[in-house]
Amino acid sequence: MPMNRIVVAGVSLAGLRTAEALRLEGFTGEIVMVGEEQLFPPYDRPPLSKEILKGLWQEDRGRLKVAENLDPTLILGHRVTALRASDNEVELDDGTVLTYDGLVIATGASPKMMGSIDTSIPGVHVLRTFPEAVALREAIGGSPKVVIIGAGWIGCEVAATCRDRGLDVTILEYFPQPLERTLGPIMGAWAGAMHRAHGVDLRCGVSVSGVSGEGRVERVDLADGTSVAADIVVLAIGVFPETKWLEGNGFDLENGVLCDETLQVVGASNIVAAGDVCRWPNKMFNRTMRVEHWSNAVEQAAVAAHTLIHPDEPKGYSAVPYVWSDQYDAKIQYVGTGGEYHSILEGSTEENKFVAAYATDGVLVGALCVNSPARMIKYKRFLTTAPQMDLIEENLP
Amino acid sequence: MKITLDLDVCAGHGQCEDAAPEVFTVNDQGLVVQLIENPGEEYRAKVEDAARRCPADVIKIED
Ligand SMILES: Cc1cc2nc3c(=O)[nH]c(=O)nc-3n(C[C@H](O)[C@H](O)[C@H](O)COP(=O)(O)OP(=O)(O)OC[C@H]3O[C@@H](n4cnc5c(N)ncnc54)[C@H](O)[C@@H]3O)c2cc1C
Ligand code: SF4
Repeated sequence: MPMNRIVVAGVSLAGLRTAEALRLEGFTGEIVMVGEEQLFPPYDRPPLSKEILKGLWQEDRGRLKVAENLDPTLILGHRVTALRASDNEVELDDGTVLTYDGLVIATGASPKMMGSIDTSIPGVHVLRTFPEAVALREAIGGSPKVVIIGAGWIGCEVAATCRDRGLDVTILEYFPQPLERTLGPIMGAWAGAMHRAHGVDLRCGVSVSGVSGEGRVERVDLADGTSVAADIVVLAIGVFPETKWLEGNGFDLENGVLCDETLQVVGASNIVAAGDVCRWPNKMFNRTMRVEHWSNAVEQAAVAAHTLIHPDEPKGYSAVPYVWSDQYDAKIQYVGTGGEYHSILEGSTEENKFVAAYATDGVLVGALCVNSPARMIKYKRFLTTAPQMDLIEENLP
Repeated sequence: MKITLDLDVCAGHGQCEDAAPEVFTVNDQGLVVQLIENPGEEYRAKVEDAARRCPADVIKIED
């Protein structure tokens, strides 16, 4: 089928980079980019909880660079509300119908909500978009008491930024340790100790039931009947993939849209996905996964574009996921995925400079590198060789 | 190929080394170091990939 028009749904990191890669792959037809957010070039998200929230960057900094030859048709401020894959068309929230020859799904992820918490109550914040980052930065401008619900990457970064500003910070986390989902309980406890040492009132194993107050938030209420005073509440309990608009096409939408190894959506030969919305079989770890990190979006973009333009030369995407986070004086970098904490391979937690190993069935599957940037990439490469833990001492990269 | 590096914003993500290990490495301070002064054309694709994958937009290809 000739490709004349490709529609890209979602104009952020994955959508933009895939569109650029379409040009690199030689596509000269029309690229229509439909995105809910108004800003173009789109802004980069990692700085939102770091430089932007800290007020270190002017607001125009942190936009993504756009390739000169992109020449997109932009439809901004609109959501794609439905896909009819059998007719090769998408529908937008104003009723517009766009036909396509190829479609890129790059609608990313959005913050999970807690049914009992109304985020329109003054003082309640989430953090995913640029306006939300600016609103939160303004809200923490005085000396409010900040309560963060959820100790994932974003909750922990917001906590660190608020403590650096000298604010009173409480984190409420359901799991026994912060960052437990990625780092596991043992290194989660290391992160917890770091936050406590920096003055965060970190309360783990607590269940939040809602928020209350007169005209604005004043308290976070806990399931045990007690409450925590709050001027500002940040709800940071994770994100969910934006796949609702894909319903009704027979796709597997359980935790992201399921793709094959080449990032082609299973069940549609002219549709690909990239970024936070995509679940695919990662050969490196022999399972399907969805990754919510920056580098994954950029790397998948190149593969997804290739698959759409050159389906005859299939390229698989297998990767070692990478995420970074800056908290206080710790530069945290994690390569790999899952596994159980195994041991410290280099350095020590006392020095706040170390590499910790994660293993599954005696094989290294992840490395947590703290203040060891030169080491991280060595471990990333090392991981691809599936190193055996019992031989690791001799083989360290 | 002439490359400039904005070391002020380099944050040691090592994606450059991952993309083009012949051309870039990350030193102990977490800063990119260029290993070949003016890499030949055979490295262009890899260096472009490195520039694209750098989260801090450190790498500029000047020609
Ligand atoms: C505060 C913050 C800090 C982060 N820090 C780090 C970090 O330090 N390291 C790291 O590796 N990663 C970090 N991340 C994650 C990283 O930013 C994401 O992995 C990345 O943004 C994913 O890009 P994406 O394009 O797939 O999705 P998104 O960035 O979520 O973009 C999806 C876009 O699609 C739009 N959209 C959604 N639904 C529709 C629809 N139906 N129609 C039209 N448009 C739609 C959305 O509005 C959005 O603009 C951070 C994220 C946040 C929010
Ligand atoms: S990827 Fe960019 S930020 Fe990271 S080490 Fe290389 S140049 Fe520096």
